[in-house]
Amino acid sequence: MPSRSPILVAPSLDLSRRRFVQGLAAGGVLAGLSTPASRAFAQQAPTANESPPVLRGNEFDLLIAESPVNFTGQPGMAITINGSLPAPTLRWREGETVTLRVTNHLRETASIHWHGILLPFQMDGVPGISFNGIAPGETFVYRFKLQQSGTYWYHSHSGFHELKGMYGAIVVDPAGPETIRADREHVLLFSDWTDEDPMRVFAKLKAQSDYYNYHQPTVIDFFRDAARDGLVAAIDKRQMWNEMRMNPTDLADLSSATLTYLANGVTPAGNWTALFRPGERVRLRMINGAGNTFYDVRIPGLKLAVVHVDGVDTEPVTVDEFRFGPGETVDVIVEPRDDAYAIFAQSMERTGYARATLAVREGLSPAVPALDPVEWLDMSDMMGSMSHGAANQGSAMAGMSGMGGMDHGSMGRPKHGGMALDHRQHAAAAGGLAVPSTIARHARTEYGASTDMRVDMARTNLDDPGVGLRNNRRRVLTLADLHTPSGPIDSRGPGREVELHLTGNMERYSWSLDGLEFGQSTPVHFRHGERLRVILHNDTMMTHPMHLHGLWSEMESPDGRFLARRHTLPVQPAQRISFLVTADALGRWAWHCHLLFHMDAGMFREVVVS
Amino acid sequence: MFAALTARALSTALLALASLAAQAQNDHAAHAQTDPRPAAPAAAPKTDAADAQAAPAASASDAAAPPAMDHGDMRMPGGPPPADARDPHAYANGQQLGAGDYAVPGVPRLTLADEHFFASLRAETFERRFTRNGDDSTAYDLQGWVGTTFDRAVVKAEGDIGRGKLEDARTELLWGHAIAPYWDTQLGVRLDSGEGPGRQWLAFGVQGLAPYWFEVEATAYVGSAGRSALLLKASYELLLTQRLILEPRTELQFFGKDDPERGIGRGLAEASVGLRLRYEFSRQFAPYIGVERAGSFGETARQLRAEGDRTQQTRWLAGLRFWF
Repeated sequence: MPSRSPILVAPSLDLSRRRFVQGLAAGGVLAGLSTPASRAFAQQAPTANESPPVLRGNEFDLLIAESPVNFTGQPGMAITINGSLPAPTLRWREGETVTLRVTNHLRETASIHWHGILLPFQMDGVPGISFNGIAPGETFVYRFKLQQSGTYWYHSHSGFHELKGMYGAIVVDPAGPETIRADREHVLLFSDWTDEDPMRVFAKLKAQSDYYNYHQPTVIDFFRDAARDGLVAAIDKRQMWNEMRMNPTDLADLSSATLTYLANGVTPAGNWTALFRPGERVRLRMINGAGNTFYDVRIPGLKLAVVHVDGVDTEPVTVDEFRFGPGETVDVIVEPRDDAYAIFAQSMERTGYARATLAVREGLSPAVPALDPVEWLDMSDMMGSMSHGAANQGSAMAGMSGMGGMDHGSMGRPKHGGMALDHRQHAAAAGGLAVPSTIARHARTEYGASTDMRVDMARTNLDDPGVGLRNNRRRVLTLADLHTPSGPIDSRGPGREVELHLTGNMERYSWSLDGLEFGQSTPVHFRHGERLRVILHNDTMMTHPMHLHGLWSEMESPDGRFLARRHTLPVQPAQRISFLVTADALGRWAWHCHLLFHMDAGMFREVVVS
Repeated sequence: MFAALTARALSTALLALASLAAQAQNDHAAHAQTDPRPAAPAAAPKTDAADAQAAPAASASDAAAPPAMDHGDMRMPGGPPPADARDPHAYANGQQLGAGDYAVPGVPRLTLADEHFFASLRAETFERRFTRNGDDSTAYDLQGWVGTTFDRAVVKAEGDIGRGKLEDARTELLWGHAIAPYWDTQLGVRLDSGEGPGRQWLAFGVQGLAPYWFEVEATAYVGSAGRSALLLKASYELLLTQRLILEPRTELQFFGKDDPERGIGRGLAEASVGLRLRYEFSRQFAPYIGVERAGSFGETARQLRAEGDRTQQTRWLAGLRFWF
């Protein structure tokens, strides 16, 4: 049993880079130093190998307060729920009504949002949209009936409280028998931590958007390329990027230059460990609760059977690795035989990793793989299908000139054709909307200072694992692999299309939809009861996990076939994705990129269902 | 007369520069228009909210037909939106943020960081300049801003302190307004102080990032008594490593009229070109060393010679680049 005594570490003057990235072995919430508010819960504070407490039942008292933490050697304050980071895991049952009394002991307004849970909009927890927030010292009572089961999570929707520690898992057990057979399960919530004030981080990005990127192309890289591929090739490789003032290594806004990556609130050095007995089928409910980090997750030595995504069962698909962004959840089944396996979650920009261990007993520390090398964004990330996915700049450029009349027909055609014909016919009956449109319709507001790139011919390929995972010889989960066996919740075809473009200006660090930041925007109105198609068209070079509150996003293929029910849908650079929505939940809802800094910069819309 | 002409020439130069910037944005369009079939884009789409629903059907059934889209425009920003560009408010159906159906009474609408003010103050250069003849000085070039993403109050301050006194200083207060993805216009006032009588100017300029990552500033000034001036600055950052950065930097000052009291002659008065090598201990703290060749020209140089001063000098630099 690991010690529960407080971990007091004086900040070392020669704090090494390694310690910063790896974190303190026993970092986390410092129980003995807790504030009066959180002291009552101090005994629940997890140390290295403990999971957050699990709270069961129908009635819950949750307390939001500051707690002292130390992940890196530098003491700081986290914002926690019941003194725990991650927050307690809430275990609910489908069909029951839960009551959650949430008390705010901060000096500012707070909130909790139940991510992916269907509920009345007043219970959704977004200050300024669904309610007023929870004022300091006040208690807000959330009450709603659970209409679903699966793996979900909850987090703050106020400022950057989430990045300061306000996130926890929700597991809703089905009313009937569990559909996924497992002998044992563990919740694994990945997150990221910064010792800095997140608003200060934001201000730095505003002053210099590549502040945290230490993987930029250098002169040395240039000479290395020139020596290997020739001078012309080395120049070609860079020309378009430089001409366009875009950075091919702009994979994430933050990096381990400020972030420490956490698994269940534990640093890589802390090595959070999940136990199993050989021969067991183990279900890992993995949640990305990070503020800014896409994680690429794998367990060397084990195949991952993906069975459940965003709280919805999916037809099992066996992979070596998957990428998920903030807001997404992925449940996998593994069948470990050996003593110990590393659960390795490297960040998309390849500057660090979260790590845990799956082992037969505590104290084992299997080898952690090396980080993969940084891969440059390629032309398909900048130009969509214009580039034919060519990584070679020269050929992409040559292609451009000859591609004016390129075969657009192929863009509209199914990439994995021939399936679910009945469905297509059905959709065709809806009148001209059988397949999602492929022609970019840029908003008038995308032609100003807010938008540094527009993709005219976006790619619609869902079978791309994304930059950094394309040629790694591992089987990586893609959106094309996801199939919700129960089918769509609504058999109607879409009555109309709503097209929204994901936009930004990296140099100015501005993020928006249709070139309009939230403050300049008007809501998107869904008529109550309508079935419509939403198209998200990414005019940026980053991947955005788009989360629509209150309503399911039923992702479809480029030929209009239903694929999977999601609550958070990652849209890759220069990609165009569509999904159907049944607007069955009256009220006002939030819709935003779940990268917290993008959300706060204005990549956010209010949705009105009425 | 001549002064007025020069002023006109300068403003023309500035306009040319601004249009160059705009041109740069459109270069890609030109690039893409090597398209052998450029006729298609002219037949631009007539898609609007009403017939949008027809578009997908057309694209599916009519696969071989060239799509109705503007290839010339490719993806680069800049330029006005096409006439048929989508209305970003078309989906609102009359709803407003925080008001209308199901808006919760008494709840102020959500505001995010796009409506907050941010600020930053940056010392591009803050350095000691060493010359062979012992004519050492301290120089600063600061730029600060406060405001939103697209509209900012900008302060620029540049000056030399030598022999214990402020020799030459230029301070500007400007309204910076974003006009293109990488370009801001700046409008405001400039005050010159230091040796000689003070001068006041109205300032108008552009500042931004040109293709290939050149930082560019071009500002035209109009002063009293028919004075005019043009200031051009450009710099580039060459990453030797992630933290060791070589920065070539140049600055040119033109004046439309002699100002003997401040030792200024019309035409190109001063120019400098320098190389600074900095090490970024952090993005915000980077000491540097460098070398700069600076010279005076024309009438300005003649006046300096008359006073027995040098018109050209090589300076060795040691300084600190920082911001917060």
